[in-house]
Amino acid sequence: MTSAIGKDRSAKPWYSRMIPLLGKSIRALSRLTRHGGSAFPGKVIEACDPDFLARTLAQLPDGVVLVSGTNGKTTTTRMVSSILETLGMRVFTNPTGSNFTRGVVSALLDKVDMKGNIDADIAVLELDEAYAVHFVHQVQPRYALLLNVMRDQLDRFGEIDNTARMLGEVAKRTTGTVVLNREDPRIAALAQLVPEGTQCAYFGLAPAMRSYFPDDDSMHDDSMHDNTMHDDISGNGSAEPSGKGSAHSPVSQLEVPPSDATETTSDGQQSSQPQLPADVTLNGLVDHGAIFDVSGTILSTTVKLEGVYNLFNAAAALTLVGRIIKASSFAGQGKTIDTQSMVTALSHVTPAFGRGEIIDFHGTPVELVLVKNPMGFRLALASFTPAGHDTMIVINDEFADGRDMSWLWDVDFSTLRKTGVAVVSGVRAWDMALRLDYDQVHVGATETNPSTALEAFLAVNPSHPKRIFCTYTAMLKIRTLISHLTEVADAGL
Amino acid sequence: MAEVIDVLSLYPKDMNIYGDSGNLLTVERRLSLNGFEPRIHYYNQGDAWPDHVDMILGGGGQDEGQRKIIRDLCKRAELLRGLAHQGTPMLMICGLYQLFGEYFQPIEGDRLPGICVLGIHTIGEKLRLIGNLVEHSEQFGAVVGYENHSGQTFLHEGTKPLGQVDSISTGNNGADRTEGAINHNVIGTYMHGSLLPKNPKIADFLIAKACELRYGAYEPHPSDKGMAELKRLDALAQHAKSVAMRRPR
Repeated sequence: MTSAIGKDRSAKPWYSRMIPLLGKSIRALSRLTRHGGSAFPGKVIEACDPDFLARTLAQLPDGVVLVSGTNGKTTTTRMVSSILETLGMRVFTNPTGSNFTRGVVSALLDKVDMKGNIDADIAVLELDEAYAVHFVHQVQPRYALLLNVMRDQLDRFGEIDNTARMLGEVAKRTTGTVVLNREDPRIAALAQLVPEGTQCAYFGLAPAMRSYFPDDDSMHDDSMHDNTMHDDISGNGSAEPSGKGSAHSPVSQLEVPPSDATETTSDGQQSSQPQLPADVTLNGLVDHGAIFDVSGTILSTTVKLEGVYNLFNAAAALTLVGRIIKASSFAGQGKTIDTQSMVTALSHVTPAFGRGEIIDFHGTPVELVLVKNPMGFRLALASFTPAGHDTMIVINDEFADGRDMSWLWDVDFSTLRKTGVAVVSGVRAWDMALRLDYDQVHVGATETNPSTALEAFLAVNPSHPKRIFCTYTAMLKIRTLISHLTEVADAGL
Repeated sequence: MAEVIDVLSLYPKDMNIYGDSGNLLTVERRLSLNGFEPRIHYYNQGDAWPDHVDMILGGGGQDEGQRKIIRDLCKRAELLRGLAHQGTPMLMICGLYQLFGEYFQPIEGDRLPGICVLGIHTIGEKLRLIGNLVEHSEQFGAVVGYENHSGQTFLHEGTKPLGQVDSISTGNNGADRTEGAINHNVIGTYMHGSLLPKNPKIADFLIAKACELRYGAYEPHPSDKGMAELKRLDALAQHAKSVAMRRPR
C-alpha cells in the first residue's frame, strides 16, 4: 500500500489522459519563456487534476521516500537518490530544491511518458515541513527521514515546536520505516507518533562528535565551552555541544544526551536516559572524509561534500538507504547490498545546487554556500575556513528567504574577523553590514544591488578563490548573474 | 577606571528566540564605546541573583519556554517590581513582555500569572500577527522591527504604549493601533529584529537611565576612536532602518 487516496480512483476527470501532454507543454513553454520557477506547470496540473500526484506515485514498486526537516534536506535527498542509483535502483527525485508539493508535480511531469507511466522504482522527495503535511495527506510515504528542527523562517511556520508537530504528521502517516535524528530531542520524541506496524530507525553522532553540532537550545547557554568552532564574543551565542543542561555540567560533553524531549531540572541537571540505538553514527572526521559506524562496522570514506553537517546528513542517508535496501524489490530478488558498497557510493556524491558547489569563473573558483537559518549559517561558517578566500555575503528577505532579519543576530560572525568580508549585498545588505560591525568584522563595501556588487567582487584579486554566502533567492540571483559571465550548469530551475 | 554597569540577561536559555541576544550585544558594545565597563550577567531559573543590577534585558520564547520559567519568575516578582519602581531600565521582548503584565491566557492550558510590572494582559489567539512593522513613538521617533506573536495584548488604563502603528491587524492586538508598553523605565514590546541595533536611540535611553541610577548622571566619555565607531554604527543603523521601513509586511 503505497498511497491512500480518499476518493474513488475511477472518478478521474475525463481529460486525465491528456494531463501529461498538457503539463509537458506548459513546462516546455515556461522554460522557453524563462518563466522563472519550476512550480508553474505544477500549479496548472494541481488545479486541473488534483489526483495526478497520488495516482502517478502509486505506480512505484518501492514507494515514496520523504525527506524533511529544517536543514540539509536538499543535500541529503541528493545523497539518498545518488546512492540508490549507484546500487542499481531507478530513482525519481525533485533535485531542484523546489521542495513544495507543486515542485514535485512539475518534476513528475518531466518524468512521465505520454500515458502517465513513470519509469522508476522509487521516489525520493524533499519537502518543506509545511508542505510535507499537505503531501502526506495525499500520499502516504513508505519511508520518512526527519532530519532536525531548527529555527528557520519562523515567520512562515511559527515556532519550533509547531514545526516539530508538522513533522509529527509525517511520522504518523508513514507506512514502512521512519528514520529519526537521535541527537535532536524534538525529532527523537516523534518516535511516539509512529504508527503500529511502522518501524523506527535512528542515526546519530558518536559522543566525541557532539561538540561540532551546537543546537538552538544550547546556543543560548551562557557557559563557556572548549569547542572547536568559534571564539566567544558576547558570552552568548557561541557554539556549544549538543545536550542541554550543559550550562551547569561541563562534563556533559562526556555524557550521553537524553534521547527524548529533555526535562531539565531546576538545577540544570539532566535525568540521564539510555541511549537510543542508531543504525549509523558519524564517528570522526578525516581530511575530506569521514568515519562512520554502520551497524557495528567502522568504515572510513572520502567525500566530495563540504561541511561537517553534510557528513552528519550522510549518516542519515546511509541509515535510510540501509532500511530501503532491506525491504526493497532487491531483497525480493535475493540480492544483498553490503555496507561497503553503500559507503563507496556515498563517496561519489557531489554537492547539490548552492550547497558548497564551486563554479569556475575564468579559472577562479567561486564557491556558493546557501544559508537560511542561524544554525545553518553557524555551521557553514564553522565548516568553511575563511582564510585563502575572499568572502561575500548576500542577504535577501523575500518570502522564500524569510522576511525576519532577527536570525542574523543569532549567528556569531567573529570567525570572519581575521579576513573581513569584501562585499555585502542583497536587499538587506545594510542589516548584514550592521550585524558584522557589531561583531567587529571589517566590511569592504556594502552595495544592495547584487549585480554591481558581484562584478566588483569578482574584479578584485581576480585569481584569488571566492566564497559567497547567500540566502535562497540571493543564490538564484547570483547564479543567474554568474551564468551571464561564464558557463554554469543548469540547476534544473 | 571605567564605571561599571551591570547588565542582566533574563532567562537567556529559554527566552531568547528571535535574535534577542542582538539587544544584549548592542548594549554591551555601546556601553564600551561610551567609556563604561559593561558587566554581563546571565540569569536562568535557579541561578543566584547578582549583587548588583543596573539594567535588565529579556527576550521572547515559545509557550513551552514561558512555562519553564514562570515559577522562577514569580519567585523574583517582588524583586523585579522593586527594581522597576526604583527606575531600573528594562527591555522585555515578546514572551517576557507578556509575562511582565498581569496575566497571559494561552489558547490551550492554564492561565499564566504575570508579575504586574506593566499594566497589560494578554490573550492567546489562533491568528498570528507577523511581519515587518514601523511604529511611531513620542520618545524615540520611528521604531522599526518585526513582530511575530499569537498573543494579543491589551493595555490597562494609565499604561502608555511604546508607540502607535499605522494599520489595524498589527501591533499589540490588531485593533487599537498601539504597540508595546512603557512604565517607569520598563519597555515591553513585540518588536524584534533585533530591536536595539536598528533603533540605537532606545539602546542609549536604557544606557542613560542605568548610568543616572547608579552614578547620578549620564556622562558618556567616548574616546575619539569610540566616537568614530558610534558614528559608523549609527549610520549603518540608519541605512538598515530606511530599507526596513520600505519592506513588505
